Amino acid sequence: MPTDLAVFIQDRAREHGGDRTRLLDVVRAVQEAFGHVSSEAMDLVAQALSVRRVEVEGVVSYYAFLSREPKGQVVIRLSDCPSCRIHGMEAVGAAFEEALGIRFGGTTPDGRITLEHTPCIGLCDQGPAALVNEVPITRLTPGKAREVSRLLVAGRTPWDLAPKARDTADPVARVHALVDSNIRKEGLVVFAPMPPGQAVRKALAGTPEAVIEEVKASRLCGRGGAGFPAGLKWEFARKAPGDAKYVICNADEGEPGTFKDRVILTENPDLVFEGMTLAAYAIGAAEGIVYLRAEYEYLRAHLEAVLARRRTEGLLGRAVAGRAGFDFDIRIQVGAGAYICGEESALIESAEGKRGVPRNRPPFPVTVGYLDKPTSVNNVETFCCAARVVDTGASCFSCVGSIRSTGTKLLSVSGDVARPGIYEVQFGQSIREFLEMVGGEDAIAVQVGGPSGTCIGPAEFERHIAFEDLATGGSMMVFGPGRDMVQVAAWFMDFFVHESCGWCTPCRVGNVLIRERVQRILAGRGVPADVAYLETLCTTVKKMSRCGLGQTSPNPVVFGLKNFRPAWEAHLGPDDGLNPAFDMDAALADAVRIAGREPVHP
Amino acid sequence: MSDTFRFTIDGVEVTGTPGQTILQAAEAAGIWIPRLCYLEGLVPGGACRVCTVKVQGRFQAACAFPAGPGLVVENDTEEIRELRKQVVEMLFVEGNHFCMFCEKSGNCELQALAYRLGIASPRYPYLFPVRQVDASHPDVFIDGNRCIQCGRCIRASRDVDGKGVFGFVERSRDTRVGVDARTGLGGTSLTLDDRAVTVCPVGAILKKRVGFAVPIGERLYDHRPIGTDLERRGA
Amino acid sequence: MDKPKIATASLAGCFGCHMSLLDIDERILKLIELVDFDKSPIDDLKTFTGRCRVGLVEGGCANQENVEVLRDFRKHCDVLVALGDCATMGGLPAMRNGIPLRECLEEAYRDGLTVHNPSGTIPNDPEIPLLLDKVRPLSDVVKVDVFLPGCPPPADAIWEAVTALLEGRAPNLTYDQLKYD
Ligand SMILES: Cc1cc2nc3c(=O)[nH]c(=O)nc-3n(C[C@H](O)[C@H](O)[C@H](O)COP(=O)(O)O)c2cc1C
Ligand code: SF4
Ligand code: SF4
Ligand code: SF4
Ligand code: FES
Repeated sequence: MPTDLAVFIQDRAREHGGDRTRLLDVVRAVQEAFGHVSSEAMDLVAQALSVRRVEVEGVVSYYAFLSREPKGQVVIRLSDCPSCRIHGMEAVGAAFEEALGIRFGGTTPDGRITLEHTPCIGLCDQGPAALVNEVPITRLTPGKAREVSRLLVAGRTPWDLAPKARDTADPVARVHALVDSNIRKEGLVVFAPMPPGQAVRKALAGTPEAVIEEVKASRLCGRGGAGFPAGLKWEFARKAPGDAKYVICNADEGEPGTFKDRVILTENPDLVFEGMTLAAYAIGAAEGIVYLRAEYEYLRAHLEAVLARRRTEGLLGRAVAGRAGFDFDIRIQVGAGAYICGEESALIESAEGKRGVPRNRPPFPVTVGYLDKPTSVNNVETFCCAARVVDTGASCFSCVGSIRSTGTKLLSVSGDVARPGIYEVQFGQSIREFLEMVGGEDAIAVQVGGPSGTCIGPAEFERHIAFEDLATGGSMMVFGPGRDMVQVAAWFMDFFVHESCGWCTPCRVGNVLIRERVQRILAGRGVPADVAYLETLCTTVKKMSRCGLGQTSPNPVVFGLKNFRPAWEAHLGPDDGLNPAFDMDAALADAVRIAGREPVHP
Repeated sequence: MSDTFRFTIDGVEVTGTPGQTILQAAEAAGIWIPRLCYLEGLVPGGACRVCTVKVQGRFQAACAFPAGPGLVVENDTEEIRELRKQVVEMLFVEGNHFCMFCEKSGNCELQALAYRLGIASPRYPYLFPVRQVDASHPDVFIDGNRCIQCGRCIRASRDVDGKGVFGFVERSRDTRVGVDARTGLGGTSLTLDDRAVTVCPVGAILKKRVGFAVPIGERLYDHRPIGTDLERRGA
Repeated sequence: MDKPKIATASLAGCFGCHMSLLDIDERILKLIELVDFDKSPIDDLKTFTGRCRVGLVEGGCANQENVEVLRDFRKHCDVLVALGDCATMGGLPAMRNGIPLRECLEEAYRDGLTVHNPSGTIPNDPEIPLLLDKVRPLSDVVKVDVFLPGCPPPADAIWEAVTALLEGRAPNLTYDQLKYD
């Protein structure tokens, strides 16, 4: 641990030129070096970056990977996601607790090891999984959890848990030694090879407008979830007035059950940077940012190595690919644990070193984005598609898929299936075909697009994966016979309560209220009237919330009540006017303990 | 002015000027749109959502959404009244609102809005959160029990007073107003003449020693529903 | 035909709402014409004699006995009215909700500034109902049909509510009758 906090903070601030927009990097560094960002540290950071202390505290208290209270030098974050849960995560958690002698949220008495839950870390196809500091540990079993605990207690470092990765110098080999890419089906867009620079050179052979026209002609829609036409977005950004413009790659990948961006960044980062570079050319940007979720820190060295190689190849930096006047470079901004930072305006706020809270829209990022300049935010996969469009031509790209949904889509498949992993499929695949492909024919439910998406039962398995039918950012979770969909909905509501940014009333409060009632029903204390109560409440949260999070967070309950009504009704009891949610014994437990006598029942 | 434009709110034609939000244009026409986090002179927050209207069939916050030519806005409809009511009810159960001994009672915008919307009691269970009171400042205190996270104090201190005394800390349901000093409000540069001291719509930021000055029956909203002033001005 | 019956109770309240009920002044005579009082502190009847049209309950639930009385009301009354802020949202007694029960007792009986209790014992007679961890609004424990907020609710509001319910319609409070303080 560095000895002098003040010197450490000044050094970090100096590295970033005292730029207040790099606040997140500075506090991340403090967290990593000192295990927390203390009250004193917050004062020092505020001074060093000329920001208010309350802004520093606002940031430190906002992100899950930052803390004001000391944490262990080693933090174990067990992924809390339905996919991990149905593969035994709870038993793994219990084994950690037992082996370390602490509960979740606690730190060992020597202050060395902290145990926490964290929302989905994108290792759903090889779960249960955990991050030990930045090191991912997959396929956990209670035995493996005990072994990990034993090594850590004995003073070994997180990297000692993955000796093969630790002893590997090559960055991409190191990633491979840590996690599996599990690509089950390769398509022609994302995973097909392309020599670095090929698409960029083709783009540079024409005008920026021509690039935009080509992407528009391909009818490429954004792969991050919302499905906005990529060419149109670039055109807006190009036409918006601004002395600087930015290209941002959204690699926040926080939707539970999604991990395809992790695999793209592992296997084909060149294609992503290729796409970013031609996007920069198209809109007139000199700077690009990859916003990488904190959970993927272990990909960073690999990505930096690829960026460095592209610089030496002349594909980044001054005069890209020899084109005088086209300068473009990319930096990586690592997040700090907040799902909402995948929402593009929250991402921009976060990249500016602030609390990742969405902005009011309009104006949209294409006109007022990063540092208030026109900015195009696109998903990792979208950039790959765009590069492929420019390389092979729009018509080649749009000849697969459907009229409205052209090209291929990466699916991240997890849950009750025989073959979890990554599949690059053509748009238009039916859910039934999908289930055959992944070995999930006996599914009772498929969660398409993660918890914020759609959850359907067998009656709808003839529907298709496409923007015009079942849209998905890539998350495909399959639930097999015997799974309780009310329990699944309760898990997802935990997630949304945890991840609401807290800015607006309906999402901040409404999700808490939805969860309360779902948990009540799950505990067998619900009454039939709770169904109508939930339906109204969900509608209100969806209609009144400010951003996409609150506008979709009730979906697990909405689709649950619509498509799995009998499962919900099975939990309900009769309504006799006495609220079954009130548990007299629980409410009296404290008094019984204090008074040392039992309640007298009439 | 030449570049004014027309649009409709609940079928009534109103005039807007470029740069105006729907809420501002409505106000100029004597149409009241409920609001809590919006305050004239501060940048809009879009946080409370009680100003929600339907614009071309989509829900938008009137305080933040720009007025524009030809827009069709729904404001005072059964559907929207009901949705607003629920959001106000959420604010009541989220905090600890003991109106019976609150200095702000009768002058409180949250309470007045509940009265005007006819809320006898929230339909949701009370959450009874544990919140803090900071009385470390000699002249002002902040009571987290009553804070509705509207952010007015934050924007007023930052943009009007130029001080940045307040800021949000934590997130999700734990979001609260933090202050710019380790030692609490008393350690900040807040002074009694700051705009931030007077903008709180509820009884969360109050001046010390001046509570309960106006007798019951003569307070702002005892007999006049919130918004009626504005409606009268326009009429 | 028998007159419809009304029952009333004060749980964790201060009887202020009952005082406000009496504040309907001369209309109390009309009320007596319209209804019979069943279980109520007003006539000192301790148990229900039969089914009641309206139950007015003041105060929230602070202890086990409050819960049992309230459940008894729910079982015997067609329409249950939460009378006043304490019944509606817990009221002043609910200020203890953020404080652990043991601390509340120690503060009330031992450590409080105005407490004189040389023995330092906290009362624990078997006759004393056990306290709940939190003071509950009535709707946390039973289904409530009508809420009359106010500390206390204005007499006119109570009159409107009672007469409306006897007439079988929903109460319609004016702006001046719907108040939270
Ligand atoms: C709560 C929320 C989370 C989001 N998370 C992501 C994400 O992790 N990755 C992503 O690419 N887009 C995410 N989005 C969508 C982005 O806001 C944005 O639409 C997208 O990055 C645009 O890229 P595209 O047009 O290439 O899809 C999210 C949106 C919301 C509302
Ligand atoms: S909907 Fe939720 S995440 Fe979005 S702004 Fe509101 S509180 Fe924040
Ligand atoms: S702030 Fe307003 S709503 Fe809250 S207790 Fe005070 S008067 Fe009541
Ligand atoms: S203290 Fe008052 S002004 Fe500030 S956020 Fe809370 S309610 Fe709004
Ligand atoms: S007044 Fe518009 S969101 Fe609060």
